[in-house]
Amino acid sequence: MSQIFHHSTNTFSRLTIFGAIFILGFLTWAFGELNRSSYVTGEGESREQPIQFSHAHHVGGLGIDCRYCHTTVETSAFAGIPPTKTCMNCHSQIWAQSPFLAPVRESWRTGEPLQWTRVHDLPDFVHFNHSIHVKKGVGCQTCHGQVNEMPLMWQAASLQMEWCLQCHRNPERYVRPRSEVFNMQYRPEGDQLAVGRKLVREYEIDRLTNCSICHY
Amino acid sequence: MTSKNNEDLDLKAIRARLEKARGRHYWRSLEELAATEGFEDWLHREFPRQASEWPEGEAGDAGRRQFLKLMGASLALAGLSACTRQPTELIVPYVRPAEEIIPGKPLFFATAMPLSGVATGLLVESHMGRPTKVEGNALHPASLGATDVYTQASPLGLWDPDRSQAITHLGEIGSWANLQGALSQSLSTQQARQGAGLRILTESFTSPTMTGQMEEILALFPAAKWVQYEPAGFGMQREGSRAAFGEPVNTYYSLENANVILALDSDFLCLGPAGIRYARQFANRRVVRGPKAEMNRLYSVESSYTITGAKADHRLPVRASEVEGIARSLNEALDGQAPSGPHAGWIAALARDLQANRGASVVIPGTWQSAAVHAIAHQINQKLGNTGRTVFHTDPIESGDSSEAGLRELTAEMEAGQVEVLAIAGVNPVYTAPADLNFAQRLNRVPLRIHLSLYQDETSALCHWHIPQSHYLESWSDARAFDGTVTIMQPLIEPLFGGRSAHEFLAAFTAQPQRSGYDIVRGYWQKRRPQNFEMWWRRALHDGVVEGTALPAKAASPRAPASAASPAPAAEGMEVVFRPDPSVYDGRFANNGWLQELPKPIDKLTWGNAALIGAGTAQRLNLQNEDLVSLHYKGRTVTAPVWIQPGHANESVTVHLGYGRERAGRVGSGVGFNAYALRTSDAPWMGTGLEIRKLPGKFPLAITQQHHNLEGRHIVQSATLQEYRENPDFAHEGVHNPPPELSLYPPFTYDSYAWGMAIDMTACTGCNACVVACHSENNIPVVGKQGVLMGREMHWLRIDTYHEGHLDNPHTHFQPMLCQHCEMAPCEVVCPVAATTHSAEGLNEMTYNRCVGTRYCSNNCPYKVRRFNFFNYADYAEVQRLGMNPDVTIRTRGVMEKCTYCVQRINEARIEAKREDRRIRDGDIETACQTACPARAIVFGDINDPNSRVSQLKKNELNYGVLAELNTRPRTTYLAELKNPNPEIEKA
Repeated sequence: MSQIFHHSTNTFSRLTIFGAIFILGFLTWAFGELNRSSYVTGEGESREQPIQFSHAHHVGGLGIDCRYCHTTVETSAFAGIPPTKTCMNCHSQIWAQSPFLAPVRESWRTGEPLQWTRVHDLPDFVHFNHSIHVKKGVGCQTCHGQVNEMPLMWQAASLQMEWCLQCHRNPERYVRPRSEVFNMQYRPEGDQLAVGRKLVREYEIDRLTNCSICHY
Repeated sequence: MTSKNNEDLDLKAIRARLEKARGRHYWRSLEELAATEGFEDWLHREFPRQASEWPEGEAGDAGRRQFLKLMGASLALAGLSACTRQPTELIVPYVRPAEEIIPGKPLFFATAMPLSGVATGLLVESHMGRPTKVEGNALHPASLGATDVYTQASPLGLWDPDRSQAITHLGEIGSWANLQGALSQSLSTQQARQGAGLRILTESFTSPTMTGQMEEILALFPAAKWVQYEPAGFGMQREGSRAAFGEPVNTYYSLENANVILALDSDFLCLGPAGIRYARQFANRRVVRGPKAEMNRLYSVESSYTITGAKADHRLPVRASEVEGIARSLNEALDGQAPSGPHAGWIAALARDLQANRGASVVIPGTWQSAAVHAIAHQINQKLGNTGRTVFHTDPIESGDSSEAGLRELTAEMEAGQVEVLAIAGVNPVYTAPADLNFAQRLNRVPLRIHLSLYQDETSALCHWHIPQSHYLESWSDARAFDGTVTIMQPLIEPLFGGRSAHEFLAAFTAQPQRSGYDIVRGYWQKRRPQNFEMWWRRALHDGVVEGTALPAKAASPRAPASAASPAPAAEGMEVVFRPDPSVYDGRFANNGWLQELPKPIDKLTWGNAALIGAGTAQRLNLQNEDLVSLHYKGRTVTAPVWIQPGHANESVTVHLGYGRERAGRVGSGVGFNAYALRTSDAPWMGTGLEIRKLPGKFPLAITQQHHNLEGRHIVQSATLQEYRENPDFAHEGVHNPPPELSLYPPFTYDSYAWGMAIDMTACTGCNACVVACHSENNIPVVGKQGVLMGREMHWLRIDTYHEGHLDNPHTHFQPMLCQHCEMAPCEVVCPVAATTHSAEGLNEMTYNRCVGTRYCSNNCPYKVRRFNFFNYADYAEVQRLGMNPDVTIRTRGVMEKCTYCVQRINEARIEAKREDRRIRDGDIETACQTACPARAIVFGDINDPNSRVSQLKKNELNYGVLAELNTRPRTTYLAELKNPNPEIEKA
């Protein structure tokens, strides 16, 4: 009786076994890449908003401080989204008839609030507090990116846990003097690591990797 | 699962066993003493056999195939659900910013919760306008900063989706305008007749504004009548004071000055308008720091085992109807007559102890004891010179009488057809009225019936009009505390379902029917405080108390009761005792899941009530736990399950009111049996002539007493004050504490904060306030009766009850048990995914999003404090979600959870301190259980700070760790319980 399988089947089966390892490896890699991709994380994505509000114009162009609108960033977990009143402080005088601002005037007239879409959205099992990050010298720009150059706000970072941990494990790489937190053009004087180490000591930044710092 | 409890208990053998026991022997249940198979099962398995299977009935004849199908589906769903993208979230800012609101930071507002009309002052936490949590108001005399179970559970009542949401007329949705049209017609007819056919029925109230409205309405309709009915009111107290002083008098006590306290069937530590204050004062005089300190002594005479009885140094279980006889003999003994009867020695010793503490003792009659007992107690207190020192009298705080007499008269008038318009505000008389009044039947004879209530309840169903009532957190009102102190109640939120307060409802009967609650309350006070009103009003709202409104103490001396010469002989036969329930009170909280699932203090019964009997009666009638019986009393019958309560008086049956509701809502309807169906208006609280007939079959009771057993070992430590003085180190004797280096784990130095907790078991009264506070703070779900039967209750903090000694009158010890935050935690090392870890500050952390639900940690926890979400219990209705604490993650199915030491409060305090460049101060962090505790038994803080209160307590020689011999090094430790028995009685 002749052989059922041809001799070349040996090579074929070796290839298959060898290939399986590659395929599994590829799948693992692909899963990891997909999970980190902006498709999943939303990194770099801007969201449609009720008003085409441009941070580039207000922050970059006019130089308005972050805290003019985000008033509670130094006192609360939530940085605060400005009430319609804040918009109307200026826009009752300038661009008062602009069609772009019709929703703002509508809101002011009717008392119906504007509904903004959240751009930086952490999962609900994570507790993030703006006030303590600002206090410890984490610049707005560090997480939110070059806001002064964003016509429409987009998500500047992946907001994944490994991204948080880059700083929570090595804060010296990111912290800046408190006076520079709201400065969008900040560049460290000299070596960031040297400045950072000094600030970490000075600001008593420690114990950032306990789970219950964020998860509770 | 429940069938395991069906083994018969041999009470005789248990008795024999207990008598043979030497030394201190603690036990938890009769099943444990009998070592039944059911108990062994609970002991060795965290959940009963097959608990992981689908509950029967839901999957039919489930079997393996069904199980695999469900598992496959849930695996697929669980896997897929992790792949979904986060839903888009909206941010909705204000149009005009609201004053003082910082998004993300809660505000606290002072208000008060009235129960039976009497206020407990509160500070309510509000997140962006949503009240989520209740704390005590330290300025309020009834709260002193602490709370009880009812106040803690009240936010859940606010967010209850079962509350009525629309005005209805004959079951159809109506409107306020329609009602007013109908009402104005009737009222104009009534006006012509001076209101002769108008009756208004309300709850008991202390509100000055309501009193003003009552006067206004009665001036408009002079022939109308205003009736008050409170199912668990102060009728007996007032009747007793009328017998003693000739006028109704309000009495309260100052336990701070009392060395000896006698409770005559009084549960003053738990129920009552000053319960929180009494618990604080009692604990202040009870905790000892050092062997030289003195301690108060508590005697309790009672039928059913209450927490006051459990804290007593001497408890005398007698039938409720015999209490009067004991009070009488005591009164005579104080006059020098030697007492007689079976308890002569006890009474004589008590009399001597009281005599030795003249002016520093107090006799407290039970709110629901007979008027005669109240009168005798007044006499004894007068005789002992306690009045003005430990006992204070004032004029009554409530407006008018709310006892059964008024309701009886009203029903007679209804029967006679004299009532043409009946407005009922807040009360649910169809359910709560004594059975002999036939309220429901007579109600139907009234031509126009209008009912205001929180729920479409039993009474609403029989009324023409139903109006949704606003919750106390939604309405303007005012109320007095036990001593008369007024609180102006302010709403935390607009009425969710457009409800109206009782003030707004009753305004419809006045000349200004459209006034808002705010205008009514403010208007009332503006008339009385014309000068500087705005300042006064703001201060009153801010503080939550109106200064100087406590009623002045009244000099009242009791006259000799006429009946002193002829003591009423205690009637023969089985006795029935009615009491408000420690969880659902008179039934008004029946739809509150937190309270339904709250294990009652002594017998740990949840989701229902039982006929409580003593072991002797059980033996005589051959009754077993969970046996169904029919209770026959004065020609009426109810069916109830039996529960044998160790220490319950024999020949007496206690039934708790508040269950067997038919229209309470989805949570409370059909739970337990209705004890009101036996209750009569002539003897609302007790009576003899009860007959028990055993029925075939059993009724499973969801009792948590056997769950989470810590099997033997040195868990509870207690001693008498004498023993402690002789041997201050008793709590550590016979316990082997292994040296710290005897561990496989590398040592760790906690060089910053080190969080720890100390719980003083001498102070703890077992009142459960901490358990509900934990529920509220940490978004803990409710699992339902079926879940509790399977041991799946989710309480992060439970109160373990241990009995000691004789079956007919055991001592009882309470031990709040929560995550011990072991430094060498056995749970952490077995977690395959590092979901439970240890923080550098010594917290045993639980990271929900890592947990995959292996339950290894729970299996390895010697304290049995970890809880598992078997289902998605947190699948709440939209409106309920608004009441969640936004600072705590809501857990989903398949996730383990447990006490976190309120880590959200720790983090909040840490951030606050860091923002101010300082360290966290002692007292900055108070856990939810700690703030709720009336007795201040729980202290939390930094054990690295030698001056913190918790460090001081941990240095005390009474301090010990539970199961410390396992070298888990628990961060939660306990101070052993001390009792102060009278040596004279002890010897006898």
